[in-house]
Amino acid sequence: MSRYVTRYGIRAVATLYVGLLVGVPVGSVFFRALRPGLDSFWSQITTPPAVHALVLTLEVGALAVALNTAFGLAAALILARHRFPGAALVEALIDLPLSISPVVAGLALLLCYSSTQGLLGPFLSRHGIEVLFSFPSIVMACAFVSLPYVVREVQPVLIELGTDQEQAAETLGAGPFAIFWRITLPSIRWALAYGVLLTTARVLGEFGAVAVVSGSILDKTQTLTLYVDSEFTNFNSAGAYAGALLIAVISMAVLAALSVSQSRERQVL
Amino acid sequence: MSVHIESPPAELAPRPLGGNAARIGRAAVRRAPGPGVAAIYLSLIVLVPLGTLFSNAFTGGFSTMWAEITNRQTVASIRLVLLCSLAVVVVNTVLGTVVAWQLVRDRFVLNRLISAVVDLPFALPTIVAGVTLLSLYGPGSPFHLNAAFSRWSILLALSFVTLPFSVRSVQPVLAALDRETEEAAASLGASTLTTFRRITLPSLAPALLTGAGLAFARALGEYGSISLISGNVPFKTEVASVRIYGLIESNNLPAAAATSLALSVITILVLTVFSFLRRRFVLKEASG
Repeated sequence: MSRYVTRYGIRAVATLYVGLLVGVPVGSVFFRALRPGLDSFWSQITTPPAVHALVLTLEVGALAVALNTAFGLAAALILARHRFPGAALVEALIDLPLSISPVVAGLALLLCYSSTQGLLGPFLSRHGIEVLFSFPSIVMACAFVSLPYVVREVQPVLIELGTDQEQAAETLGAGPFAIFWRITLPSIRWALAYGVLLTTARVLGEFGAVAVVSGSILDKTQTLTLYVDSEFTNFNSAGAYAGALLIAVISMAVLAALSVSQSRERQVL
Repeated sequence: MSVHIESPPAELAPRPLGGNAARIGRAAVRRAPGPGVAAIYLSLIVLVPLGTLFSNAFTGGFSTMWAEITNRQTVASIRLVLLCSLAVVVVNTVLGTVVAWQLVRDRFVLNRLISAVVDLPFALPTIVAGVTLLSLYGPGSPFHLNAAFSRWSILLALSFVTLPFSVRSVQPVLAALDRETEEAAASLGASTLTTFRRITLPSLAPALLTGAGLAFARALGEYGSISLISGNVPFKTEVASVRIYGLIESNNLPAAAATSLALSVITILVLTVFSFLRRRFVLKEASG
């Protein structure tokens, strides 16, 4: 008797908590965005500022993800395969963005790259590079907050793999690039895919850090998340809900890809 | 694979560089691509900006920085976010365990759906989380529950964004748990609750602490989901990250830097305390 009470009690609590906290609110965004009809939704997300924001978000996302993937692979290889003084410090530094508020990340970049009072900003400004309130600063803000993901996914797999196969390939005369492409990369590909997708999700959704460094200039530095925020504060809730639904659908697609790569990774290991 | 890594079971747990890293292949040494480039990238994106932030906090000397941090409004914002995060971590650790239990131990038709929904806050942008919660628990709420511009809204937003941490850190450990001990306890007459408290909970504790630490750190810095819904009333609903944003907007950068430093130090301290508790618990279990 009491076992049934426990079981149904747990079912009820789990379903209600997840449902009321996440499920129903997300559903209500879909409802509110689509209630005025598909035509209205379509016209909201095809206004010039919305389209500009979407294109900017995708451009920033592509560049930030590419940079962090390259860095993440290099850092994971170095940290997994080398012992050097200060390795623990480098690890801590790579993990730091996880424990730092996005607003603080934005402020750090602002103070460093401001052309009037920054550390590196004035130098870059003299050479004609304006970082702040433009494309580079948005990429940097996104790269900052998503820096740890690729390293954290790939490094443990590399450590677990060891170097036996790579050494065997080397004794058989394979060059470094052949070893990387044919031995290392195939073994880490699903972990890498998972890390890249986590990075993508984080980059596309970044708001706080980007809000600080971009200035949220309409049709110039406004990413999708900033667009949703500005539509909301300008009382155009139809535009805000439509924009929110658009990002939500993109992030759900990334999430679906994540769960596929996660189950593949489990099969490989 | 013959290599065994002594690592915490949760996917989210920190992975220290194990002794296996000592197995350095000569091939790998020569082949590692561009350590220099990686170091420059890390410096330009993280190290130099954070260093600048740190030095900016100290530009007026320690006493000026301390005065900025102990500003009444700043202290109130830090205290508010600490209390709200603590409350949310406690609630989400308990309810997250219930949800994980439901997903692992019970075959229920809705489990796949619940599992998918639990992951949503990971992927959804924080601003969408804010809009999402506002559409249901804000003005014009279909439930006639208006939490907007009150402290409830902060609790709601923080619970939303930290839910996956609490569930996903416990779930794999619960799934891997050997059930024989539980069955033995039950056959000796222990009630469900006693079995859970004395047998299951001690095995879950390290994972619970890992999840709680990650959730706490995330909650302390959260901005996007709170900024829309909380109303940002000083002394009432203004959390530290929103306070910092306001200071940046009013171009009071030294105060923003000092507050940022305080918030970051607190977050790192909290993470350290949780990892210390976790390590102590693991040691105690191993020796006892």
